Amino acid sequence: MSERLLIAGGRVVDPANGRDELADVLVEDGRIARVGHEIVADGARVIDASGLVVAPGFIDVHTHLREPGLEYKEDITSGTRAAARGGFTTVCAMPNTEPAMDTRSVVEFVLRAAGERAVVRVLPIGAVTRGRQGDELAELADLADAGCVAFSDDGAPVADATVMRRALEYATGLGLAVIDHCEEPSLTRDGVMHEGWVSTRLGLRGQPAAAEEAMVARDIALAEAVGAHVHIAHISTRGAVEAVRAAKARGVRVTAEVTPHHLTLTHEAVAFGADGRAAELAYETNAKVNPPLRSADDVAACIDGLADGTVDCVATDHAPHAVIEKLCEFDDAAFGISGLETAFALSMRLVHGGRLSLAALVERMTLGPARALGLERAVLGIGTLAEGAPADIVVLDPDAAWVVEPERFASKGKNTPLAGVELRGQVVATMAGGRLVFEREAALMAAGGTHG
Amino acid sequence: MTTDTRAADQTQTLDAPATADEGWRRRHLLDLDDFTVDELEQVMAATDTMKEVLSREVPRVPALRGTTVVTLFYENSTRTRTSFELAGKVLGADVINIAASASSVTKGESLVDTVQTLQAVGADVLVMRHSRSGAPYLAARHATCSVVNAGDGLHAHPTQALLDLYTMRSALGDVHGRKVVIVGDIMHSRVARSNMWALTALGAEVVVCGPPTLIPAGLGTTTAPASSPDARAFSPRRDSKEHPRMETELPPVRVETDLDRAVEGADVVMALRMQLERMHGGFVPGAREYSRLYQVNAERLARAKPGALVMHPGPMNEGIEISHEVAHGLQSRVEEQVANGVAVRMAVLWLVTRTGARGGIRAVGRGAL
Amino acid sequence: MTDALVMSPADIRRAVTRIAHEIVEHNRGTDGLVLVGMRTRGVPLAARIARAIEEFEGERVPTGSLDIGLYRDDLTERGPSVNIQPSELPDITGKRVVLVDDVLYTGRTVRAALDALADYGRPDAIELAVLVDRGHRELPIRADYVGKNIPTSQSDDVQVRLHEVDEEEYVRVAAGAGDTLRRSRTGAAS
Repeated sequence: MSERLLIAGGRVVDPANGRDELADVLVEDGRIARVGHEIVADGARVIDASGLVVAPGFIDVHTHLREPGLEYKEDITSGTRAAARGGFTTVCAMPNTEPAMDTRSVVEFVLRAAGERAVVRVLPIGAVTRGRQGDELAELADLADAGCVAFSDDGAPVADATVMRRALEYATGLGLAVIDHCEEPSLTRDGVMHEGWVSTRLGLRGQPAAAEEAMVARDIALAEAVGAHVHIAHISTRGAVEAVRAAKARGVRVTAEVTPHHLTLTHEAVAFGADGRAAELAYETNAKVNPPLRSADDVAACIDGLADGTVDCVATDHAPHAVIEKLCEFDDAAFGISGLETAFALSMRLVHGGRLSLAALVERMTLGPARALGLERAVLGIGTLAEGAPADIVVLDPDAAWVVEPERFASKGKNTPLAGVELRGQVVATMAGGRLVFEREAALMAAGGTHG
Repeated sequence: MTTDTRAADQTQTLDAPATADEGWRRRHLLDLDDFTVDELEQVMAATDTMKEVLSREVPRVPALRGTTVVTLFYENSTRTRTSFELAGKVLGADVINIAASASSVTKGESLVDTVQTLQAVGADVLVMRHSRSGAPYLAARHATCSVVNAGDGLHAHPTQALLDLYTMRSALGDVHGRKVVIVGDIMHSRVARSNMWALTALGAEVVVCGPPTLIPAGLGTTTAPASSPDARAFSPRRDSKEHPRMETELPPVRVETDLDRAVEGADVVMALRMQLERMHGGFVPGAREYSRLYQVNAERLARAKPGALVMHPGPMNEGIEISHEVAHGLQSRVEEQVANGVAVRMAVLWLVTRTGARGGIRAVGRGAL
Repeated sequence: MTDALVMSPADIRRAVTRIAHEIVEHNRGTDGLVLVGMRTRGVPLAARIARAIEEFEGERVPTGSLDIGLYRDDLTERGPSVNIQPSELPDITGKRVVLVDDVLYTGRTVRAALDALADYGRPDAIELAVLVDRGHRELPIRADYVGKNIPTSQSDDVQVRLHEVDEEEYVRVAAGAGDTLRRSRTGAAS
């Protein structure tokens, strides 16, 4: 279909090409045809983006789609629709499904299902070890061949240092990174939130910051020793950020991601709710997540890390769960936040708070993740608005205020601590491969007509 | 503020209705961490009256007639449950005891379902004991009846702290400025937590003492850790007028690991039960070392003030955290604690039911509080 | 809103003296007599009556105080709902108890007092002395000794002040200032 679309008059932010200016974007046959000024395009459908921001579609390197096996929490259809609503045009699917994505056949299943039912691009992440048990390496080359863009046992760390070392060595030979969920399990056994004054006050067993820091230190040492690329999943502590900063300065191939909630919420959310409202929100299971929400100091360190590039990208760690898995005693509740649909607005708090420019945030959600995992090898031009790149575009209103209503999420997971909270920053439209996969108001599209 | 003056104020409107929330607003009793001094005093005053009731030939009043109190215990405890049961009965309530381990819990009925079912069949007050911290908060969020916490996980045991407070005040008059030492497994003790809140609210000097492995994170830091400006901007502080104690993150206690030093000049020494699992669970090297360092015995007690009170929430492991001699000695107030427990629980049941929260079909038509 | 002084301090003093005499006359002396003041203002009144009796009879009558907080029902008109205090009663079994209160209105407070007394013992007889009877009984209860009968309407507010408890001393009726919410029968919850 030779469809032409013109996104006109918006502030085009394309970090890859150093662009941040008012411009038009012309889309043809699902690809970026041209970005320029006052483009004339006969017969093109026009999207009026005046007053709005036009950026490459967001890339999430850490999403749990839950399919196969856990479809009651989420599936590829609902998960990718949630991604589209959140402005994401690419999601990397974590392998902690059932069965785990530790063999080619499961990966092929996921890709086939995505081909049929996903509304945005799904890139699979293969398991590091068989069954994610942490003992034997999975068939990593086969997984890479099937399309995996990285390896991870996420949900769990690769606890055994020797197994991690071998995985790094093997993966590096394939040119892919190992993404580690950094948590020293013996230190976090029974822990359900950050170990600190809130856990003491609430009488909940805590997960000390040291559990993450110890594992990050280990992974950096191993990556350095074998010359491999390790990617730190959902970084959350000051110690870990500082270790990554120092390692990068030494030239170690380490990259890191941070979630929007670890940039904005502290462990106080467990006791007092996301907006610190009061005791009736105590033991807020929607704030139960792994790694846990940490201290204000850790949050500050993560923000600094994202700002100075120590942390390469924002990743949602979208972890949808069924209602009954959160409507229970705190100790028994599942860990995880459904984050795709609030990621942009929550991250915008840093921009509104003057900690990050809008362009920098866009970079951390597009080019940053693409480069961190080397995704341009899988999809040329991903994360950019370069000519010829796939037309993965998001249109944003950085200032629009809205109230989070989880019942209206496209995700099956309504588990967010932000219910009822007002956020600023909205996704107005999302385009994947030239197809409009989400738009907030239909009026955005002018009915036919030409621009000029 | 004396009760007499309050009474004088109230009779300004002599013929006004006794409004339900006059002077007591809490539908639930979940924790003491946000109790004002006034509220603590109110409980103490009501307990005085309840003690008087218990001293009569026929200790019965019709105050809670027509009210249904359900004890929902997910953890076994004959002592506390019986105390609540008696408290309810003295007040004329109908008391139903449910041992949750025996019932639908094992069939997989969720806590929320259980609470709503009990409420629907008419429970006006749910007295809950649970092994999970925070369980009563979950119950309270989904209940129109009152929820009274009889102990939740490691978190709180408010009625225990209230009866401990009452016991101390009966002997000492006032806890303000008194030195209270709490010894033992602080980390896993809900009794310790609740006592810390109540005692520091009333101006007592509280020292917690135990092995370093059993002192929970953050305790003993004298000032609340300052939040970074970033986090403050993102998590606005709760309104401290509504919840005046919320600004205090943890009770301002002193932490000691040396019991001999901690106990110097103490007015009260409270020993906590040291559970066997902890002793073999890697927190301490074993019972012998623990009792050598932390047992409340006669030599240590001699360093406290003469006549210092010895207290224990029970049941006691004599020979471990407390010596047999001290447990049954002249300074021990353990029996008094138990006796005061009924009066305190009567006071609590009385107060929470003043708010008019009801269960059952009577809940229909009344605004949920 | 009109505000009328109904009893001055002198009026109150004379009423108390008269009631004291009536009690002793009606009971043919002070044998077995016990005065029980109902919190809050019944207590100082009972004490005054006891003092008066001691002055003219030379006998000390045992007095006590009764808090009916745990015996009230939804409709009992008396004040504070949460501030209960311990009652302090001498032995009442086999005695002639005279309950003392400041205002008699619907009678429900007295009914609660009768229930409470039954839990303390078995008096031979119970009588009621009040400083003011304002009418509008809802139960078959009457006072044996009355300081002053003051016809009121339900919207009136009767204010008794005694120096032991308040700063002033008087009985006033404020017309129309009474709380008609009291008349609502849907329960005490506001």
